[in-house]
Amino acid sequence: MFKLFKSTALLLSSTAVLVLGLAGPAQAKVEGDTIILGSAISFTGKYSTNGIHASNGYNLAVKRINESGGIRVGGKSYKFKVKYYDDESTPARGAQLAERLIKQDGIKYMLGPYSSGLTKAVAPVTAKYKVPMVEAEGASRSLFTQGNKYIFAVLSTSEQYLASAIALAAEIAKKNGKKPQDVRVAMAFENDPFSLDVRAGVVDDVSKYGMKIVIDDKLPRDLADMSATLTKVKALKPDLLVVSGHSKGAATAARQIKEMQIDTPMIAMTHCEAAKIITKFGAATNGFLCPTQWAETLSYKDSLFGSAADFDRLFKATYDGYKNVPYQAAQAAAAVMVWKDAFERANSFDTEKVREALTKTDMRTFYGNIRFSDAGNNIAKPMVLRQIQDGTLNVVAPSNWASHKVEHPRMVNY
Amino acid sequence: MNLSPKTLAAYAAILVCGIVAPFLFPNYTFQLAMLWIMILFALTWDTMGGQMGYNSLGNIFFFGAGMYICAVVQIAWAGYDVAEYTAHFGAVKIEVTYAQYYGGLMVGLILAALGCVLFAIVFGHIVFGLRGPYFAIGTLGVALAAGELVGTWDYVGGGGGITVPFYPGEPDARSLLYYFLCFPLAIATFSFLKWLYSTRFGLAINAIRDDEEKAEGMGIHTLRYKTIAWASSAFFLGISGGIFGNMVGFVEPLEVAFPTVTFGIFMVVMALLGGKGTLWGPVLGATVFHIIKETTWTYMLGWQWVALGALIIINIVFFQQGILGWAQEKWPERFGIKVEGDDSGREAG
Amino acid sequence: MLDNLLILTAVPVLNVQLLLDGLFIGAIFALAAYGLALVWGVMNVKNLAQGDFVMMGGYIAFVMSKMGIHPIFGLPVAIVLMFAFGWIVYRLIISRVIGRDMFTSLLATFGLAILLQQVLNLIFGPEVQTAESGFEIRSILGGMVTVADIKFISFLLTAVLAAIVVTFMKFSRMGQAIRATAQDARAAKVMGIDTDRVYAFTYALNAAICGAAGVLIAMIWVLQPFFGLAYSIRCFVIVTAAGLGNLPGVIMAGLGLGAFEQFGGFILGAEFQQAIVVGMLVLVLLIRQFQQGRQRQAVV
Repeated sequence: MFKLFKSTALLLSSTAVLVLGLAGPAQAKVEGDTIILGSAISFTGKYSTNGIHASNGYNLAVKRINESGGIRVGGKSYKFKVKYYDDESTPARGAQLAERLIKQDGIKYMLGPYSSGLTKAVAPVTAKYKVPMVEAEGASRSLFTQGNKYIFAVLSTSEQYLASAIALAAEIAKKNGKKPQDVRVAMAFENDPFSLDVRAGVVDDVSKYGMKIVIDDKLPRDLADMSATLTKVKALKPDLLVVSGHSKGAATAARQIKEMQIDTPMIAMTHCEAAKIITKFGAATNGFLCPTQWAETLSYKDSLFGSAADFDRLFKATYDGYKNVPYQAAQAAAAVMVWKDAFERANSFDTEKVREALTKTDMRTFYGNIRFSDAGNNIAKPMVLRQIQDGTLNVVAPSNWASHKVEHPRMVNY
Repeated sequence: MNLSPKTLAAYAAILVCGIVAPFLFPNYTFQLAMLWIMILFALTWDTMGGQMGYNSLGNIFFFGAGMYICAVVQIAWAGYDVAEYTAHFGAVKIEVTYAQYYGGLMVGLILAALGCVLFAIVFGHIVFGLRGPYFAIGTLGVALAAGELVGTWDYVGGGGGITVPFYPGEPDARSLLYYFLCFPLAIATFSFLKWLYSTRFGLAINAIRDDEEKAEGMGIHTLRYKTIAWASSAFFLGISGGIFGNMVGFVEPLEVAFPTVTFGIFMVVMALLGGKGTLWGPVLGATVFHIIKETTWTYMLGWQWVALGALIIINIVFFQQGILGWAQEKWPERFGIKVEGDDSGREAG
Repeated sequence: MLDNLLILTAVPVLNVQLLLDGLFIGAIFALAAYGLALVWGVMNVKNLAQGDFVMMGGYIAFVMSKMGIHPIFGLPVAIVLMFAFGWIVYRLIISRVIGRDMFTSLLATFGLAILLQQVLNLIFGPEVQTAESGFEIRSILGGMVTVADIKFISFLLTAVLAAIVVTFMKFSRMGQAIRATAQDARAAKVMGIDTDRVYAFTYALNAAICGAAGVLIAMIWVLQPFFGLAYSIRCFVIVTAAGLGNLPGVIMAGLGLGAFEQFGGFILGAEFQQAIVVGMLVLVLLIRQFQQGRQRQAVV
């Protein structure tokens, strides 16, 4: 038995080492006039739709920056390039690929992956190697409580997603002569890191107002049906129903809310846009409140893309098949702009100097203002809440951004 | 067992390669560590599937169970209340000293191993009532149910997952630490199984594979043998899960701990690819699979999974004997096989 | 959990809603499970790609509704296309695993399941999709219970399809040949039945049945490339619980599982709904294993 194997085994172990050793020569962080950013992002698997939105955002910003003069460092102009890996939407793979980008490809500047779960897996690795990461798609609060000095997030954290919906419910209760304490809340959240974090934020807000939680269901990740939860909603008649579960949760909820003719006066859910519920379920979605990180109707501006509406047009012209530009793409583009800004202010490629510069970021972009707290999250940009009114999304809160009044109770005829 | 000097030299060479590899290729430490885990996966699956004829689709259960046990122990060892910690979805940062980290890791791995052995004994008594394909479906059910149920268990963070204490030192030292946990573990697994198969025990589980009723009739206490075989798989898988949880740093139920359709099915594919029911087959299969996977996987943009499905089908339908089985048929004399055939093992598997 | 039980007793009419939802979806489970019982009984192949066939059927309806055709017309289209697809799969793969040990067929179909779900994912992306029927939604019992017409229609269609298949099995030449082969393949062969063709037809028929179930699922629930495994597991639960030669059993078990899932999800909380199905699988397998040995049984 061993006659063959002493040689085979030897051969194998040495080839294993050799093949791995030779695969992919290590790149430098800056090659010639190109600055290489690295990102492991979901091109395949369950997050691939949003992963591709994000990578489109990265690519568009890179293209735009390269075309309009590049990045000025030390009196010389540089271009951006992004080195991508596909993390297959699993955290285990994401952590491995972050390691690979840093160790084998010599990446010194990272862009984030899609989703909180993936960012949670990648962030400790980049921090340990002291590689700064500007991320645009990981909203979980727990990312910013670890004392991680190398993470910078352009988006608002997850507790803000539905905070204004809760505030709105309290406001309306007062207006109708009731107390916020009378408001009864039904919650259905997907059982995943992002949604549970949103849920934690909602629970905090709800208890702040003294509201009552009457339903608290968690939806399994591969559930095609939430009618059991909605049946409870029918029985208990809550004043507010909140749902969060990425695009999958939004689509399932919208369909079954329609089918079961749920008449809750106020319904808030995340990922309305990404799930395209308006086109799919039409008038039945009227009155849904949808939090968004960014909207093309907001009055933000910058010199690179112009206004939010300009970005919207450019994005649609560049990539086929977008009716609405998802905020996932907009914030990804903003992340690349943060890198450009930081390099230019640091005027260096030294990661520590660039990191220093990142901490002092104070930008106005088409996506919103960006300024990082000590923990690395963006504290200069609010979330806005939009309501579906006659098939269009109108900003209804917070009041300084609102273009329309909120409709309450939601006007829907089944 | 007598090893010839030449064989000994070959083993020594593997050991030396294993030890120097991370120093020769420091940038690939993580992938090399994964290689040893993959080898362990294939070897432990083959104990059940190849040697004993019990094709489990749920061995990944022990991997995940070990991972969770180790993570919880590590957090508790560092002086944190686990329920309190998970209630904040990882918003609490765990600070550990070296002593705490190593202590927690060691105790965690030991308990992971013991816990998994316990699980194997308990579940063994339940699922070993199932035969053939029912066993495969039943174990698949156990692994899937474990992922779902752990996801509803708030103590371990539910679907939000749980963050493992991070190694306090330098990142390169961290990679080396995990490498030098994975490498000896895989070697230990191999050596243990090699010894195990050479004893009466190996013959007994082969007899169970070939004809369980007859084996029972011969006075073999089949349930005991089956349980021991499963428990030894569980022992090593549990430890590997504990290490892997630390390598990733973030444990969550469906994708990291109980990934039934990735790692869970890789185990089977690797063992079949190399040739099941042999000692070296799984090692060979795992090595080939891992190298192909690491070099091509990220460039195939989704088609890799289609390719994986196709590989399983082709492997099982057209090439069930695996690389090693094929080599044995091709050059029987090199394996010291006389022509009266060593085929029984594969047919009955 | 107790609160949820209290709700059910306080508003008993909700039981009607849960029961109806459970029965409507359970009927579709039973349809797909019947297909599994067929291939399992006739050719002893445990088809783990069952749920992925269902998803394929669903995506056929989805594509048709995208093209502006009402998805209900997807039913005949899916039946024809999936029948052809099943035949091809049989020729390429299944014909080579028949008669081999049973793990071979299980793993081969598991490989097929992975392949199919990934191809669906590449074509349609991982997002949830639906095919809208646009039919009326009725509320009864004072608005507390809603029944979408499409659910009712699909329930009737399921019954009609099942009746057609049963009649076919009873009276047609091919149906008789299938039953003969299931009883004793060797004897059937001796009697001049082309068993290979019978197997191909059976497998293709199963794919067609799954395709039809998928079309209905697309109009009632939602589609996603990776949901297939859940349906495969449901089929296994139903078939194992009912036994192979037992059509009434399959129907009862299917309806029962549908209702059980709804009530379980309501009472324990939605997070347990998936765990319930998988838990049922293990449980039913164990109970069944102790009850009966392994033997081939005729279907219907």
